[in-house]
Amino acid sequence: MVLILVACLFAGCKGGKKAPQEDLEVEIKDNAEILQDIKQAERIFQALPSPLESAMLIKSAGARFEEKLLNPVSNVKNYVTNKAMALNLGVYTCDLSFASLYEQTQLLIDYMNAAKKMADGLGILKAIEQEDIDKLEENINNSEVIMDIVSQTFMNSNSYLEDNGQPATAAMVLVGGWIEGLYISTQLVDMNDFNGNKLVGRIIDQKLSIDILLNLLNSSKGNPAVDALMVQVGKLKAVFDKIKIDTTPVRPEYDQTSKTTVLKSEIKTDMTKEVFLELSKTVMEIRNSFVI
Amino acid sequence: MRSVKIILLVAIFVIAQNGYVNAQCKAFAKRDCLPELANYTHDGNYHAAVLVEGEEAELYKTFYSDMEYRVAIVGEEKLPDIEFRVIDANKNVLYSNKEKDFAKTWDFKLQSSQQLKLVVRVPSLNQSGQVPTSGCVAIMFGFKLKK
Repeated sequence: MVLILVACLFAGCKGGKKAPQEDLEVEIKDNAEILQDIKQAERIFQALPSPLESAMLIKSAGARFEEKLLNPVSNVKNYVTNKAMALNLGVYTCDLSFASLYEQTQLLIDYMNAAKKMADGLGILKAIEQEDIDKLEENINNSEVIMDIVSQTFMNSNSYLEDNGQPATAAMVLVGGWIEGLYISTQLVDMNDFNGNKLVGRIIDQKLSIDILLNLLNSSKGNPAVDALMVQVGKLKAVFDKIKIDTTPVRPEYDQTSKTTVLKSEIKTDMTKEVFLELSKTVMEIRNSFVI
Repeated sequence: MRSVKIILLVAIFVIAQNGYVNAQCKAFAKRDCLPELANYTHDGNYHAAVLVEGEEAELYKTFYSDMEYRVAIVGEEKLPDIEFRVIDANKNVLYSNKEKDFAKTWDFKLQSSQQLKLVVRVPSLNQSGQVPTSGCVAIMFGFKLKK
């Protein structure tokens, strides 16, 4: 069909009469203008921390594992809309990343199956295949292989959605994973050990991603599900705005031994217990609206 | 009428090519960019686009003080060497691969968490009269816990 249309347009639908030379020159000029438009079109990527990175941040802060904080896999049957499945694909991917980092082997497989159901429901072809789950079972004690599988299946999902013209759904998957990571973190903070708590530091750091999150959603503005999420995230931003972060200018220093650049800067933050509790409550409300 | 035809032609061409090009781009990212992360764990995010000579792309991401990162930026062979710069919130350039012989990767860690901007550019070969080359450019991040 496309070929017929293209052929028809090339022929001017006039029985294949050859175009005069002056028309050809006009067409070349038009093509140049089109290419100029392409040149000016700038691609902007908003990169939220992936569920795997969020889970790694929680673990690196020394937090303990608590199964009761995860979204039960039995909830899978409740998610029938595109929005619910997208958000919970992110939620379950975060949960399975969290389970994998704490070597919760059976949970990991259960959550991989739950994520597969969400991906299948969204029509994401080959995101998580049975052979991925089999490979997971075969390498259950090999954390490197497990992380590779988690990372690869997540990439399969979000690349499929981006490539198939579903950026709103792709954004919702990322939002689900990010909110789940924030929810688990806020729930794990010991209020008796608040000041200087490393996990609290990582939660404050999420303020740096809130605008990225809003920009990501803004690119799909007009989609009713995304618009509703923007209202929820707006409330979260209002709480994050109460936290002050002051950073000194960044000084890059190259470390010859590790062949790594160290970006040196000092940071000062303030978050009272009251603001933390407000943040924790807001995150819980948003997360609960996703998993119900 | 002629411009309408050209617009229609471009639209049909874009629709027909889009799925194919995206699939090619994803395959390229997996085959050529992912291995550049080597012993870093890929975060699972996927950023790739078809860029034309002279075109720029920007990426915003928060990087955390607990991690060591590797960014890999790879363009298809038919494209000129890809340039990339890393810029902080105060618009200071922290790294430019142009000064490192267009290195495809950069390893870094942070004393405090920062939101950084990556600006990726396909340089123009400046061959007048020729249609600019386009090709897939992939951006991927790997991380590991700071030692």
